[in-house]
Amino acid sequence: MNFLFAGKHIAGIHTVLPSRECRFVDDMSAFGFPPERSRKLQEIMGYDRHRIVEPGVCVSDLAVAGLKHLFKQQHIQPDEFDALLVLTQCPDHFIPPTSNIIQGRLNLKHDLFCMDIAQGCAAWLVGLIQACLLLEQPAIRKVVLIAGDVISRRVSPRDRNSFPLIGDGIGIALLEKSADAGPIHANLRMDGSRANALTIPAGGFRMPSTAETAIEQDAGDSNFRSPDHLHMDGTAVFNFVQREIPPLIRELLLFANTAENSVDYYLFHQPNRFMLEKLAAKMKVDPARMPANVVENFGNSGGASIPVNITFNLAQTLLRQSLHVCFAGFGSGLTWSSMLLNLGPLRFCSMQSI
Amino acid sequence: MRFRIDANMHEQILQILSRIRADADYRNSTDFVEDGLLDSFDMVVLTSELEKNFSITIDGLDFVPENFASVEDIRKLLLKSGATP
Repeated sequence: MNFLFAGKHIAGIHTVLPSRECRFVDDMSAFGFPPERSRKLQEIMGYDRHRIVEPGVCVSDLAVAGLKHLFKQQHIQPDEFDALLVLTQCPDHFIPPTSNIIQGRLNLKHDLFCMDIAQGCAAWLVGLIQACLLLEQPAIRKVVLIAGDVISRRVSPRDRNSFPLIGDGIGIALLEKSADAGPIHANLRMDGSRANALTIPAGGFRMPSTAETAIEQDAGDSNFRSPDHLHMDGTAVFNFVQREIPPLIRELLLFANTAENSVDYYLFHQPNRFMLEKLAAKMKVDPARMPANVVENFGNSGGASIPVNITFNLAQTLLRQSLHVCFAGFGSGLTWSSMLLNLGPLRFCSMQSI
Repeated sequence: MRFRIDANMHEQILQILSRIRADADYRNSTDFVEDGLLDSFDMVVLTSELEKNFSITIDGLDFVPENFASVEDIRKLLLKSGATP
């Protein structure tokens, strides 16, 4: 499915990360592997350190801290946006929506469209598309989009397949109408038949969490996890990305009638360095135009990884000038999506640790 | 040490494998992945080692267990990836 939007843009981006930093060399002691095997993997995947929330911290805590900061800096006025989108796989509760919780904690107006969407590593893209759709309505002048997770709370520290690469955090974007904004082209694909490639089996209504679902077992490869934890079929996910993303980007460029060399940066979701290097090679894109340094500094924070990529690598540039960028997000669902747009100059582009 | 593919290629591949997991008995396995001698992350390390040692680039779409199941499968992958005998 293709999307074309006009007359709207991203006005600013802010990311909120927990200040607690875990290091791979310390994580290694929990893994059931000899240290030399883990160190070899560290070199190739780019593991070094990642941001993990303290026990009990939820997505709404990060969101409230981030929005309070933006209100205080007067980058956003509390009453100027008409929709609040929260894209996460880590809701505070099943009931009520996390977006309503954030609205309540910040005493935001009642005339506000609060919406939760359950998406993971494609959340930034799905959220941007949804925000643009909402901005087509005359009543909605500005949208605040929040995307991210505190997935560490559902990943086994004894699972070397997942724990070293994950990180917690959220990205916040302000989108608004703008008469002179350039076109935004996007495309989106979903395939629920491959949903089991990334799943947390227990904790929902299909398999409620019990004392039994909390028991960690060897998955057969020296990784210990329980049904309450994230399960990732790494090979299936890798092949999904290598197979689906290059044609997705080709189709987007064709749809936008845009030459590949006119794209300044490919700002993709950040699963790990190895996967991104393989993707850049497959797409024949200079790796300098596809930053791959987020996992080694912060971990893969799901829907927040693209805004972290932006605020970490391009903040100063984007405060001054516009760049022609291509986003791509891919993950649970399975869901994959890309977007081509002019980004910047932004009114704010910042990172916050709490 | 960098290798060129030659008559001892099987031994060279086994040598690289043994550096990844010294404890694994690759010689007596018919399927490294099925037998638990290579998990997906070992395949990542092996891919990187093969690329470095044979000066090739392995296509991301070839990162599938079938291409890492045996020394012969790895040899075929190397040839497909541009390693010259």
